[in-house]
Order: sequence, then C-alpha cells, then structure tokens
Amino acid sequence: MDTCPQTENAQGQNPNGNHILITKNLNAYYGSFLAVRDVNMAIAPNSITAIIGPSGCGKSTLIRCFNRMHEVAHGARVTGQLLLDGEDIYGTGIDPVSVRTRIGMVFQKPNPFPTMSVIDNVVAGLKLSRIWSRRRKMEEIAERCLRQAALWDEVKDKLKQSGTSLSGGQQQRLCIARALAVKPEVILMDEPCSALDPIATLKIEDLMHTLAKDFTIVIVTHNMQQAGRVSDATAFMMMGDDRAGQLVEYGATKQIFTNPKDKRTEDYISGLFG
Amino acid sequence: MLGALTLIIRKGFNFMMVSLCVLGAVLAMTLVCMMLGYILVHGITFFNLDFITNEAAFPIGTPGGGMRNEIIGTAIIVSLGTLIAVPVGLFAGIFLSEFASPTVASSVRFAADILSGVPSIVVGIFAYAIIVRPMHSFSAISAAVALAIIMLPVVARTTEESMRLVPGSLREAALALGITRWRSVLSVVIPGAMTGIVTGVILGMARIAGETAPLLFTAFGSNFSFESLSEPIAALPLQIYRYAMSPYQDWLQQAWAGAFLLAMMVLVVSLAVRFISRKRGS
Amino acid sequence: MALNRRNRKASRLGDAVFSRLSLVASLAIIFILVNILVILIMQAWPTLSEFGASFLWTSDWNTMTDEYGALPAIYGTVVSSLLAILIAVPVSFGAAVFLTEIAPLWLRSTASFIIEMLAAIPSIIIGMWGVFVLVPIVRDPIQKWLGNAFGWMPIFQGNQLGFGFLAAGIMLALMIIPIITSMSRDVLRAVPQSQREAMLALGATRWETISKAVLPFGRSGLVSAVILGLGRALGETMVVAMVIGNVYSIRFSLFSPGSTIPSKIAGEFGETLPGTLQMSSLLGLALILFAITLIVNIIARLLVWRMSAVKMGRL
Repeated sequence: MDTCPQTENAQGQNPNGNHILITKNLNAYYGSFLAVRDVNMAIAPNSITAIIGPSGCGKSTLIRCFNRMHEVAHGARVTGQLLLDGEDIYGTGIDPVSVRTRIGMVFQKPNPFPTMSVIDNVVAGLKLSRIWSRRRKMEEIAERCLRQAALWDEVKDKLKQSGTSLSGGQQQRLCIARALAVKPEVILMDEPCSALDPIATLKIEDLMHTLAKDFTIVIVTHNMQQAGRVSDATAFMMMGDDRAGQLVEYGATKQIFTNPKDKRTEDYISGLFG
Repeated sequence: MLGALTLIIRKGFNFMMVSLCVLGAVLAMTLVCMMLGYILVHGITFFNLDFITNEAAFPIGTPGGGMRNEIIGTAIIVSLGTLIAVPVGLFAGIFLSEFASPTVASSVRFAADILSGVPSIVVGIFAYAIIVRPMHSFSAISAAVALAIIMLPVVARTTEESMRLVPGSLREAALALGITRWRSVLSVVIPGAMTGIVTGVILGMARIAGETAPLLFTAFGSNFSFESLSEPIAALPLQIYRYAMSPYQDWLQQAWAGAFLLAMMVLVVSLAVRFISRKRGS
Repeated sequence: MALNRRNRKASRLGDAVFSRLSLVASLAIIFILVNILVILIMQAWPTLSEFGASFLWTSDWNTMTDEYGALPAIYGTVVSSLLAILIAVPVSFGAAVFLTEIAPLWLRSTASFIIEMLAAIPSIIIGMWGVFVLVPIVRDPIQKWLGNAFGWMPIFQGNQLGFGFLAAGIMLALMIIPIITSMSRDVLRAVPQSQREAMLALGATRWETISKAVLPFGRSGLVSAVILGLGRALGETMVVAMVIGNVYSIRFSLFSPGSTIPSKIAGEFGETLPGTLQMSSLLGLALILFAITLIVNIIARLLVWRMSAVKMGRL
C-alpha cells in the first residue's frame, strides 16, 4: 500500500482485480419482510468502503450480513452468497463463530463490557480462542492494540479501571482495539461516530486511515461528508418501491461524489432528499 | 490445526452448557406439571358436592363429610383481610406514585419490599401478640389482620406500578381542565390503572387464601360453624394441614379434596390474570 | 368571586385530606414493620433476659427444667436453606438463561407462566405432595443410592427415613426455583442487546456470549435474586414442618431429621401456654428468624437498587 490509498483503490477495484469480499445476489429478510434486495458488490483489500443512504434504506442490515450478525435477530435470515477470500461464508458447514473472528465489527454505540477492565476488554475476544492465556502475553497484545487504536497514551494509567469509565470517544476506540486484537481481515463499522462529538469523530476518522494499511474497512455512515473524507469506494443504497433496500450505485468515492451515474445518487448527494 | 481443535472443544462445551440450561427449564416445568397433575388427579377422586355443602362427618368413617365450615371460614377471613388491606394499600400506592418526594417514596417502597419478605409465620405471631393475647382468644379478626399485613405490600406495589404506567400527559390534561389533584387521581389515574390494580388484588387474595402458617396462631381452627369474629374460626388450609398429617384414611381423602379446591382456585386465578394482562397488552 | 374563592379553598382542602390519607397509609407500612420488631422483642424479653445471648448457641429445649436454646433450630434453618439454594440456583439460572437467550420467542411466555405458577401454589399443597410423593422417592432411590455410593461421607450416613434435611432442602428448592427464575429472567432481559452483539462479533459461541457478557452484566441482580430466594427459604414454614421430621437436635447427616425455626414454632405452639418461658422462647425464635430474614432482604434490595442506579448513571 502506498501513501494514498484513495486513488489506488478507485472504483472499489484495484488493478489486479482481486477482492477480499464479494457479495452475490445477497438478500436479507426479517421474517417474510425483505429488508435488503439483491446486493452485488466487490470490496478490495486494504480499502475503506463507505455505505451511505437515507435512514431506513437497509445499510445497517447489509453490513450486519457481512459477518453473519444479521441472523442473530429473531426470524432474520440471508440468502445469496458472500465470498471472503473466495469462500462463501453462508456456505453449508461454515460456522458463524469462525466467520466473526475473521470479520470484526464496531457498533453504533460504544459497547465495552462494564464488568471488565480496559485491558480485559481489549483481549476479551482473543481469550475466547485460547484455552490458556499468559497474563504477560495478553498485556503485550493489549498494549499493541491500544497503540494501534491511538488510545494507549490516554489510558495507559487506567488500564485496570472499568471499560465504561472512559469517555464516549475513548470507549469507541477501545471497542476498535478490542476488534483489532482478534486480528480480523475485515473490520465492519456500523455508524461508529453517530454517538460521538466532532473531536472524537475526527480522531476515529484519522484512525481509519492508519488502520487501512493492515485491514479492510467497511463503514456505514449517514454522514456524506464523512464518507467523502475517509473512503476509497462508496456504495449508495436506497429504499425501493417495495420498501426493500437496494444498492443504487457503487464506485470510487470521487466518482460517486463528483460524477454520479444514477439520477437518484445525484439527487441524494446534492441534498435534494434524505 | 490447534485452532481447529480449540474450536471443536469450544463448540462442544457450548453445546453441553446450552443443553444443561434447556434441561434446567425442562426440569422446572416438568416438576410443576407433575405436581399440579398429581394434586388435581388425586384430589378430584375425593372431591364431590358433599365436600362443599357438608360439615365434617362425625365420627370418623361416616361417609359424606365435607369442609363447608372451613370454606366459609376461609372466605370470611380472606374477604375481611382484603377489606383491610385494599384501602390502605391503595392509598399507599397512590402516595408512592402521585404525592411522595423521591426520598420519602424510596424509603416507603423499601419498607414495603422488606415487609413482603417477612416470613408469614412471623406475621402470624405478630398478630397473635397484638390481638390474640390482649383479647384472650384466637379469633377471625386476628387472622384477617395477619392476612391483611401479608397482602398490604402486594397491593401497594401493584397499585403504584399500574398508576405509573398511566401516561403523565393524561394527568396534565386533567389538571389543565382545572380539576384538582385528588379528583384527577380518582377520575383519571385510577380508572386508567384499574386493570392492574384489580389484577394485583386478585393475586393477593389468591395468595392469602392459601396461607397456612399465620392461621396457626390466629384463626386456630374450629369444628363449628362461624358465629363471631372474635372467636376461633375454621379455615381450609388449616384443616388440610391437620387432616393431611393425620393417620386416618378418610381425613387424608378430605385433605386431598381440599388441596384440589385450593389448586383449582390458583389455576383459575393465574389463567384469568394471564388472560387479562394479555388482552391489555395487545 | 367569593364563590370562586370558596371553591378553591374546598379543593385545597380536598387535596390536603387526600394526600394526608395517602401519607398515613404509607406510614402504616413502616409502622407495621417497626412494630413487628418491637413486639417480638417485648414478647421474647423473658427469654432474652433469662438466657441472654447464650440462647443463640445452646441446644437444650427442656420444658421440665425450663431451659431453652435456639441452636438446633438455627442450624436446621441454615442447613436446609443452603441446601435449597445449592439445588435451586443451577436449575433457576439454567431456566432463566433458557427463557431469555435460548427458547424460541413463541415458547418464552408460556414457559415462564408454567414455572411461575409454582410460586402461586399454596405451600400447604406443595407440602402434601412432598409428604406423599417426594419423601418416598427421597427414601428410595435417592437416599439408597447416595448411601451406597457416598456412604463414607458423614453427611450421607444414617437411617434412610426419607423425612429429614435432604427432603426439606429439595422441597424448599422447589419453592424458590420460580422466585429465582423469574427475577433472574427479568435481570437477563434487561441486559442490553449491544452487550450480546459485542461478544458475538468477537467470535464468541452462544454460551461464551452468555457466560462472558450477559451473566457478568447482570451479576448483582442475579446475586440479589439468589438472596431473595434464600430469604424465602429461611421463612418457609408448612412445607418444612411436614417433611423435615421435627427432631430438635443437631446432626450432621443430611439423612437425619431436624427442625427449623419455623417448623419448631409451628409444631410446638399449640402445646404451649401463654406467659410461660417456653412461649417466650418460641417468640425468641421468631425474633431470630425475623432478624435473619430482615438482614437478608435488606442486602438483596440494596443490591437491586444499586444495580438500577448504576444502569441509569452509566449506560
């Protein structure tokens, strides 16, 4: 990866054409209600992909399909394919547990575990996959992840305090560190800044750029400026006439924002609705 | 390779623990059904019209005996207890939800919760000490007081909780019409909370109807029909206890019939309350 | 104008009367609670002044020599209640987890209803079931099997009567399972979905999500559910009186009969004359029971309150 990933990953495709995540005819249902219809998109490794669209268009539902969190809700199911490195994560015999260790997630509201210390929060996921874990080793990994999440300097004196004693922005970066510790290939972020103030938001946006060197990031945001600032590729979703969300346009961020191909994208970008 | 093995172990453990949880629930439900089933099936064979309409047969072995006196006695002390507990509990609930300042409310609420945790036998002894001893006689009234104390916190807390569910906008609307506070409580809030309050009262009555321990020290039991509130009075749970612990086959059968009656009452009340709250929910 | 003023006065009077009445009703609750304590102390005073604190740790109960000690009853109460907790807690927590995390939605309310109905059945009926159904089962096969397999342990020795601590513990467990289950279910239900999702997204299995995110989040609520169950078990009278065997002595085998404070009071009260030291001692037992349950309940309620305060403050 070079200094400027924005240009290199244009159009959501990189020159050699390999993709880390590919969705094929992905549909998401709540019971009999079709929430997301027929999504086809391919995401390049080490890119930042933003999913934007008016509220209720199914963007959160879509991103939750990416690591099989959608099916956690009652009656929710998914049809279609989602290939991670060429392997269908909805294939038979694939365990959602192992999918989620490869595709991490950061949620809308920071959700650290209140009964765990800062350190234990960071290594919570890591400890799951180890029957036995050495305290020193865990502390090392926690420090590395906290540094990666640009949080170390702020919390190095309160590692033993509860995860909920931090400020909102710090809590969200703690949640990012927690996701990093599992060493996923992809990190999904579901409106990670919607509960944060502008300064904390800026910190997280900066962090995303650094993280893109090592991870592939998919972010849902309702904030177009944010999508424009951070992402390489942008997907625009909208609710269809049947109230199912669908992918309207997907391409390089620059192209979507300056030269959208679809009239609906143009209307949304120029603030005509939504 | 090691990772795959760990995952298999984790999944196995997951399966085991989830199964154990299911087992716990199944065990609890099976026990309830077995117990209720046994009591109903066993009790109904000895239950007949005589049981409700006749007094205890004398001497033992005479057919056709019943628990009329006990059923009437229980009805009397339960109604009387309800008559005492409902007004006090209702007003306490009104205070908690409408008038009390947060600190006062929390201490009253705390006291109500603690009172509901006081063992019923202790309440029985309390009633014995303050009523039976000074009056030098076991009495229906002392039993009613004991049952009322048991029922009081139930009524107070359910009243409070149901009244809290009435939206504040309704109160404001009433006050804005120039209605005074107490009239708005009576004409707007309480009607809105009525289903909840009635449910609470019915549940409370079902609970005190089956209470046995406090009656040992208050109602005491009696072989005769009801005459006065200041004399010992027969009660269904007491008689079931005495008969169940007796060696006589006839009495045991009577005890089973009584258990059937009590269990049916609980069953009917529970189902009715569930039906009411379901209807309100939808 | 005048009319208006009179009206206002009347309405203010109405409000005053109404709020006073409701205040009095509330104070009545506190008054009763305090009075129970005062009356019990007064009634038990002869015993307290005669034996002092040694009433707590002597084990005679002799109406001939008029010597009374509460220890066997305290021992029996504590042992049977702890046994009940030991049996009830795993079952209740399992059931609560099932009701909130595992069961399909359509089953949840029906299953909760069935379990909670157990709490509504009068204890006298449960006691009868205990005497005629459970005690024979406890005698054979439970005691037989335990005696054969673990007979080398003192707690599983002695006559296999059926009646005794083991039966009392099992019956008490039955009675508190619905209480602990329904309270824990409410606690678990209040755990935010975001906590479950956080754990799941880290690659946790269902049980890992429950044990590492859900249960720790609700721990103080779960503890208070157990303590409230304990409070109920300590004071339960009829069921215990019917199955524990009512022998006033301290024996370490779970197979042996014993007494609890409530069963002792219930069993002996009918044969006791008012004004005697024996009666005063029974009331002394009641005072001890009241004190124990009071402490237990206060701890449980404070835990519940602290939990809801924490929840409102932080999350």
